[in-house]
Amino acid sequence: MKILVCISKSPDTTAKIAFTDNNTKFDTAGVQWIINPYDEWYSLVRAIELKEADASTTIHLVTVGAADVEPIIRKALALGGDEAIRINIESHDSFYIASQIAAVAKQGGYDLIFTGKETIDYNGSSIGGMVAELLELPFISLATKFDLTGNKATVAREIEGGEEICEVQLPVVVSCAKGVAEQRIPNMRGIMAARTKPLKVVEPSAAETLTAIQNFGLPPAKAGVKLVSADNPADLIRLLHEEAKMI
Amino acid sequence: MSVLVFIDVAEGHVKKASFEVLTYGADLAKQLGTTAEGIVLGSTNEDLAALGKYGVTKIHQVKNSTLDHFDSQVLTNVIAQVAQEIGAKVVLFSNNVDGKAIAPRLSARLRAGLVSGAVSLPDTSNGFVVKKNVFSGKAFANVSLTTDVKIIALSPNAYKVQETGGTAAVISFNATVPASRLKITSINKVSGEVPLTEAEIVVSGGRGLKGPENWGIVEDLAHALHAALACSRPVADAHWRPHNEHVGQTGIAIAPNLYIAIGISGAIQHLAGVNRSKVIVVINKDPEAPFFKAADYGIVGDAFDVVPKLTDAVKKLKGTS
Repeated sequence: MKILVCISKSPDTTAKIAFTDNNTKFDTAGVQWIINPYDEWYSLVRAIELKEADASTTIHLVTVGAADVEPIIRKALALGGDEAIRINIESHDSFYIASQIAAVAKQGGYDLIFTGKETIDYNGSSIGGMVAELLELPFISLATKFDLTGNKATVAREIEGGEEICEVQLPVVVSCAKGVAEQRIPNMRGIMAARTKPLKVVEPSAAETLTAIQNFGLPPAKAGVKLVSADNPADLIRLLHEEAKMI
Repeated sequence: MSVLVFIDVAEGHVKKASFEVLTYGADLAKQLGTTAEGIVLGSTNEDLAALGKYGVTKIHQVKNSTLDHFDSQVLTNVIAQVAQEIGAKVVLFSNNVDGKAIAPRLSARLRAGLVSGAVSLPDTSNGFVVKKNVFSGKAFANVSLTTDVKIIALSPNAYKVQETGGTAAVISFNATVPASRLKITSINKVSGEVPLTEAEIVVSGGRGLKGPENWGIVEDLAHALHAALACSRPVADAHWRPHNEHVGQTGIAIAPNLYIAIGISGAIQHLAGVNRSKVIVVINKDPEAPFFKAADYGIVGDAFDVVPKLTDAVKKLKGTS
């Protein structure tokens, strides 16, 4: 069993969101970078669990980014995974990134490709589906459970008000959401081992870019909270009805 | 050249999110000087011609039992056939659970630029630029699409449904439907409850409720408001509530009209999942709770005292007490 786990860096969930260069670039000053939580907590940890259940499993991590993403990929290797591949290019276009991952995946012959359900910065939720289409593989999005029996995966995916369970023969691409696994903390042994795990750098393959971010903006600030006395909660319902017109 | 709207059907019914996309599609078609057409895959119990009231002129339906089950690979293949046949320039989806699976596949298949999570109509005054949410709703980006065919996945509850009247011509489309490699074995739904991502009102509880046994007051308020239930991450992690109710950065992101947070302090990660709600109400006994800064209305008080009174007031308002 060979698993490819797609890893992206993202700003820490508490990072201040601001923009520079006439609002065309994310302001990275003072930003702590983390492994995108969906990639780490759900897809990577589930891959590690599958390896724990079947020691013959190999886990490769793949990331698309410049050299500054290496601390993130080392951190991911500290959690688990056998080796990492960094595709040496920075891009914000989902199709370009997916094309890079698909090219690596084609060469590696993976049984299972995991992505997080989205990155918490660009919220595209696109890479998994695009990779699946480029590889002509089935795709299960927003998985909340993932189990393997031999070559057959049983996956639950999020639907409105519940979940849908499906069975699929490997190979398959799966985007992982909450429920697939629980967050883990890397231990010292893992951190030490990660230092010597192979981290291969490959140059990008030719691919198209389909979108371009022109600029960013921040939503208008809230006017401020209108407080209602706890002695008269009914007044809140009146305001929601008459003023906000929400009920 | 036309605008093609994917009409999302589940268990024979058109999803509410599709009415938003149909309205958006009709408005976009008007802006581009063309017509909006819909596509329905599989069988449905609905009167498809009546969907013309949202402004679409034609609905292409592909009837094939394979399409009654959700498989993004099969659906993408068939949508691509229809899009190419009618010469669609823009294909629209809701950025809901199904749109998130199909739109990226179609983007890769047609080499069509995709903007997912769009919040308004594109600016076509100079190119084709779509505004979308980024950084979990903490910011937005204007994304330019330069490809011939373009795909937009519209953020749920971001565009107001409008009925302009009219009837659509329903056309049976003869597509080649590939075999599905997935087998759907079951669908588990919490019956009788409003789905969280489709709800206009959401009532959410946090650690301030002290334990799962106290959820009755939250449920009562939700029922009175015909609202969906949600919770904060610590509540889901402690298994007080199922994880599919967890809203926030790492759970589900929602954008209801009204979000009522009870006993939730409002950590930045929680706000990231709910900050696109149109009106936020916070009930917390701690006046310093950070959530009050993001709220429109608030009550500083004990949930166990305040919430049942809110429920009574709602019942009174709706004449159901």
